[in-house]
Amino acid sequence: MSIKGKAYIAGAYEHPTRHAPDKSLAQLHAEVAVGALRDAGLTLADVDAYFCAGDAPGLGPLSMLDYMGLKVRHMDSTETGGSSYTIHVAHAAQAIAAGKCTVALITLAGRPRADGVATGTAPRVYTAAAPDVGFEAPFAPVTTNMYAMCAMRHMHEFGTTSEQLAWIKVAASHHAQHNPHAMLREVVTVEEVVASPMIADPLHRLDCCVISDGGGALVVVAPEIAKSLKRPLVRVLGAGEAPKHQMGGRVDLTYSGAVWSGPTAFAEAGVTPADIKYASIYDSFTITVLITLEDLGFCERGKGGRLVADGNLIAGTGKLPFNTDGGGLCNNHPGNRGSMTKVIEAVRQLRGEAHPQVQVRNCDLALAHGTGGSLGTRHASATVILGRE
Amino acid sequence: MAQTQRTIAAPPVNPETKPFWDAAAAGKLLLKKCAACGEFHYYPRTLCPFCFSDKTEWHAAAGRGTVYSYSVMRRAPVPYAIAYVTLEEGVTMMTNIVDCDLDAIRIGQKVRLVFKPSDGGPPVPMFTPGA
Repeated sequence: MSIKGKAYIAGAYEHPTRHAPDKSLAQLHAEVAVGALRDAGLTLADVDAYFCAGDAPGLGPLSMLDYMGLKVRHMDSTETGGSSYTIHVAHAAQAIAAGKCTVALITLAGRPRADGVATGTAPRVYTAAAPDVGFEAPFAPVTTNMYAMCAMRHMHEFGTTSEQLAWIKVAASHHAQHNPHAMLREVVTVEEVVASPMIADPLHRLDCCVISDGGGALVVVAPEIAKSLKRPLVRVLGAGEAPKHQMGGRVDLTYSGAVWSGPTAFAEAGVTPADIKYASIYDSFTITVLITLEDLGFCERGKGGRLVADGNLIAGTGKLPFNTDGGGLCNNHPGNRGSMTKVIEAVRQLRGEAHPQVQVRNCDLALAHGTGGSLGTRHASATVILGRE
Repeated sequence: MAQTQRTIAAPPVNPETKPFWDAAAAGKLLLKKCAACGEFHYYPRTLCPFCFSDKTEWHAAAGRGTVYSYSVMRRAPVPYAIAYVTLEEGVTMMTNIVDCDLDAIRIGQKVRLVFKPSDGGPPVPMFTPGA
């Protein structure tokens, strides 16, 4: 069974806040839920499935279901860090195709900025019982130095340069200048990126995403419901999810799980990378984008540096417009989890509701990709392909 | 006063990993090798991640390897180098490169095992340049 055409994204909402010391975490989840349902033209009473991940406070989905007063017949709290929400879209489509639900609500929220979390540079241990902790925590892996090791190895094997990585940030900044909600709206140059302070060699401060509060939500619905609503029809065409880890000590930092999630999604959708008009690519760091684009097949392995350079990712002028909201690098990275906003911007593009300055013309096929966990240790890659009907 | 030495977090020790950390206290780096499929793996597990056999046995590593990748963490109270080192036995492990000029570390560089004390736990395996 395929999910192709079995579900539609009818509602999408990104919280406008980037700093929420005045709001609770549960409140943010509920506010984005209301926003996405309103966007779809639905109400809380229509929801019969709820999806959330580890950012939701409480035990799995239970506390948020309680807070929102939701009565559902399907729930899923698949937790793969930042890629969870891309996976939720696929799982919601599967559940709808199987007849388990008709209106699936997915929420994400977080307030690391209000909480003063040094997301990229402070050690974080999720649970001491995780089998890897004893063999990693003593060496002080943090988010940035783990991705930095991927970048270092990619540079070593393929000759990728800091300037090529910088182009990814430059493209994101070109898009963010048009987004009134973006944290960083100033257009930057390659020179400014490589001159910014080194955080963990070879990643500079401007190679890293922002730390922001906020959230987002999606409403995935059955075809008959989508067609009864007044919103443009955004159809789920294909999806893939894949973990990648250290493989028992056979570590290879030059590729991600996208080498598996991408082909699965493309095969299900029946399209190829060359068909994609717009791509939302999780951009925790510039290197995340470069490796993901290679793995998804937008270029040959090792040639990502050439693909992203010279403005090729800039909407309007580049060959592959990406992250037209400014992405995690400039706009928003709510709760340190970036794949929700990736799907939201892909939906905007397919509806023709992106900012006019970055709207891709005739955007009828888009891809959104999430990476959760760490490219440097273990992560889950998730790809969805969406089409305008 | 500026901090001059990094505090090394103590690894949590559990029944499965106790032999590894006991050996570390005696200055030895133990690896697991599977008697069923013949493969070394890392980090050590009771069940082989390649064939799921429980016939895994401890072997002392020679303690020599090469730097697979590394990064110097500049934004820390005391800068340090995290790395993946590929051991002669074929497995690649996360570690730190220590007792050296951090700016001189290179991928492919030969390194050898040293142990460093952790904060209230067993010593942990790190590497320093040299054959």
